[in-house]
Amino acid sequence: MNSAAAPAASDALAARAHQFEDAEQQHHASWLGMWVFLATEVMFFGGMFTCYAFYRAGYPGAFAAASNQLDVLLGAINTAVLIGSSLTMALAVYSAETGSRRATVNFLLLTILLGAIFLGIKSYEYHEKFVEHFVPGAAFRFEGPFARPAEIFFSFYFAMTGMHALHMVIGIGLLAVIAIKARRGRFSPAYYTPVELTGLYWHFVDLVWIFLFPLLYLVGRHL
Amino acid sequence: MNDQPHMTVRSYILIFLVLLALTGLTTGVAFIDLGRGLNNVAALTIAIAKALLVILYFMHARYSDRFTWVIAAAGVFWLLILLGGTMDDLITRNLLPGGQYFTP
Repeated sequence: MNSAAAPAASDALAARAHQFEDAEQQHHASWLGMWVFLATEVMFFGGMFTCYAFYRAGYPGAFAAASNQLDVLLGAINTAVLIGSSLTMALAVYSAETGSRRATVNFLLLTILLGAIFLGIKSYEYHEKFVEHFVPGAAFRFEGPFARPAEIFFSFYFAMTGMHALHMVIGIGLLAVIAIKARRGRFSPAYYTPVELTGLYWHFVDLVWIFLFPLLYLVGRHL
Repeated sequence: MNDQPHMTVRSYILIFLVLLALTGLTTGVAFIDLGRGLNNVAALTIAIAKALLVILYFMHARYSDRFTWVIAAAGVFWLLILLGGTMDDLITRNLLPGGQYFTP
């Protein structure tokens, strides 16, 4: 390697594992690896989306009636909160890319805050559904002729939003670790891969919700 | 890929505002009866548009190499196989008791 490398480049080399030729190759491998992981996540959530589509095509009336029990306003607010957190995440990556340590930390903390607000609203909704006996199981109650397939809808609702919420909890944990590292000055414009890849994960979680919101909250309004 | 910023703060905020507007649009359209299943089409079209904005700009796919595109496309491709292969079962066989394709 060139011994007259710039200080920023030597930082990047310090962060390089020995099997890689250079920092750029290492970054490319990490970047592609994250995309491959996200493709497997597409299949993971895809299984649930497919089952949802299957049952909804079979029981459209029941799914509409059950979907109407969800709070559209809370769902829309949560969508806006999550999109906002994607913006702050993108700005955190941008700040790391342009070498602004303070802004990186602040945007990461803001992303965590918005994620927590989302989970707070979600817990309030879960609580309401418990109180209203919409949780599948022995205590499930639903007026009208659609009780059984409506229970299937709520099984999907809890499985899909629950798995999405679990991904958000993991994401908040990752963000916290990255924020601490950023505060300690571990990243530079030459090396900020962990910030970038955590960003990809966070945007993916946003993507899942972009589909969950219309499919769960909005479909019932008109078939 | 990460050589220099392709997006500016301004463009990130612009994408964010478009995503917010589309969220408002999809919520509003859901309360208007478009008839004949068109509400579904509208909701999914808007969702796909939002997803593309997030993937292309927030996730920088637009500024990435083709290898990245291939992986992203593979995810969608296999998802479509999963969906298609499952849904054709529903409409060609009577699987769900009491469901709309069920004929005893």
